[in-house]
Amino acid sequence: MKTLNEFFDLLKNQFGEAVIELKQDIDPYIIVSADIMDKLVEFIKVNDDFKFDFCTCVSGVDDANGTKSKDENGNDVITGGTLSVFYHFRRLFDDAKLIFRVQVPRENPKVKSIANIYRAADWHEREAYDMFGIIFENHPYLRRILMPYDWEGHPLRKDYQNPEFYQGIKISYN
Amino acid sequence: MSLKTEELVLNMGPQHPSTHGVLRLELLVDGEIVKNVTPHLGYLHRCFEKHTEAMQYFQVVPYTDRLDYLASMGNNFGYVLTIEKLLNLKVPERVEYIRVIVAELQRIASHLVAIGTFGIDVGAFTPFLFCFRDREIILNLLEELTGARFLYNFMAVGGLNYDLPDGWTEKVKDFAKQFRNTIKELNDLLSFNKIFIERTANVGILPADLAINYGISGPMLRASGVKYDIRKNAPYSIYDRFDFEIPVGKGLKGTVGDTWDRYFVRVLEMEQSLNIVEQAIDNIPEGDVKEAIPKKIKPPVGTVYGRVENPRGELGFFVVSDGGVNPFRVKVRPPSFCNLSVINEICKNNLVSDVVAILGSIDIVLGEVDR
Repeated sequence: MKTLNEFFDLLKNQFGEAVIELKQDIDPYIIVSADIMDKLVEFIKVNDDFKFDFCTCVSGVDDANGTKSKDENGNDVITGGTLSVFYHFRRLFDDAKLIFRVQVPRENPKVKSIANIYRAADWHEREAYDMFGIIFENHPYLRRILMPYDWEGHPLRKDYQNPEFYQGIKISYN
Repeated sequence: MSLKTEELVLNMGPQHPSTHGVLRLELLVDGEIVKNVTPHLGYLHRCFEKHTEAMQYFQVVPYTDRLDYLASMGNNFGYVLTIEKLLNLKVPERVEYIRVIVAELQRIASHLVAIGTFGIDVGAFTPFLFCFRDREIILNLLEELTGARFLYNFMAVGGLNYDLPDGWTEKVKDFAKQFRNTIKELNDLLSFNKIFIERTANVGILPADLAINYGISGPMLRASGVKYDIRKNAPYSIYDRFDFEIPVGKGLKGTVGDTWDRYFVRVLEMEQSLNIVEQAIDNIPEGDVKEAIPKKIKPPVGTVYGRVENPRGELGFFVVSDGGVNPFRVKVRPPSFCNLSVINEICKNNLVSDVVAILGSIDIVLGEVDR
């Protein structure tokens, strides 16, 4: 079984600058550029050195690293900074794992969808869209999944404001 | 002669007994043949992930109970394991043993519900009563242990909230002895019942490659013939010490990965869980279950992904820590959510009545799908 460093070098050879950094963590991950995500995932699925057949999880994260300010009502507003998407992949036969992270600007969060390569990612990407407003390009059916279809805003963003009304009905928070 | 009929949209649920909760399936039917299934989720959405960001790490545990409410112990287990991995915390042997025992008892209880309600879905009422009779014994055991029948809040990061009561292990042994008979009864009554086989064999076949592509896990993946169980392939806690088999679907009555296989894998799994319980119950070491519980949980900055084999499949917690006392982000990878996503593929071109059987065999818990 190859180590994560070897995987990183192989990907670096294949994609060059778009594979940015190997980040040491409790579960180390590789930071990649958002616009090669579909090609990269296709590669790790079919390439003989990789053969990662199982997409475990796709999670959106609000990095909240922009400038924080207050609006006129005293609510937190974050401008600039990034949103992240973490991808967890596994290989069933030897249980090797590979984790990727992409970072996209908060104002224009666009990632290439991998839902057509791993069908497992379909609903996870819809969830990330629902909760963070991350747009997955070329997704077959990018629509809210857990929140009502006509909900406004993306609840898991750190500067999300609870709405006062939903469909003209006042929401009680008591 | 064939009559051309118009396609019709039929809503199944949200209030429909065979959707096992509040799930709405939008069926596109041509006569009685289902052409397309669109699931609509979110009726039970309770903002679990948003809640966690406003709470300290140990306060999240009772909320995890409510994810897969038929397997609360498994959820507790998954969450505390993840946080222990984040903190790099070792827990005492006694805690490990008790955790494994309750998790496996919970697996049996959960599979009993799955099997019982699946029987009801396809029209067999009696097995349901047999299953619930024995599940009651497990719930009583867990009630004696934790004070609650459903939502236990039993495990804590680094230990357990309660120690075993006196005589509890004897009761578990008695249960294990008599439960093998129940499995035999169940097989006679349901598994090899001709009507049941007619209803389930060769229905809703899920091939292995499709299952892997859709991220299916747990009994449903194994029913498709893939021998993958986290307890064996990447043993966590102390699962490497026990001797047990991983049952896989063999297509005994039809094709590998059909509805009957998905049902029968669960029956076989209960037997294996019983093996684990019997091996563990005699070897529980002495010790203090609360000794390693940290007074304050303040993990380092980092990301961690922890997972356990829950009754329904791989339950994963992806936790991002910013060094504070509250988690920065908790993402749950619920097994039912992923397992449900394949429903369109396996329901296509089946009868409407088969959708009920297929959905029952997927065994979803909406508390976990919607979170």
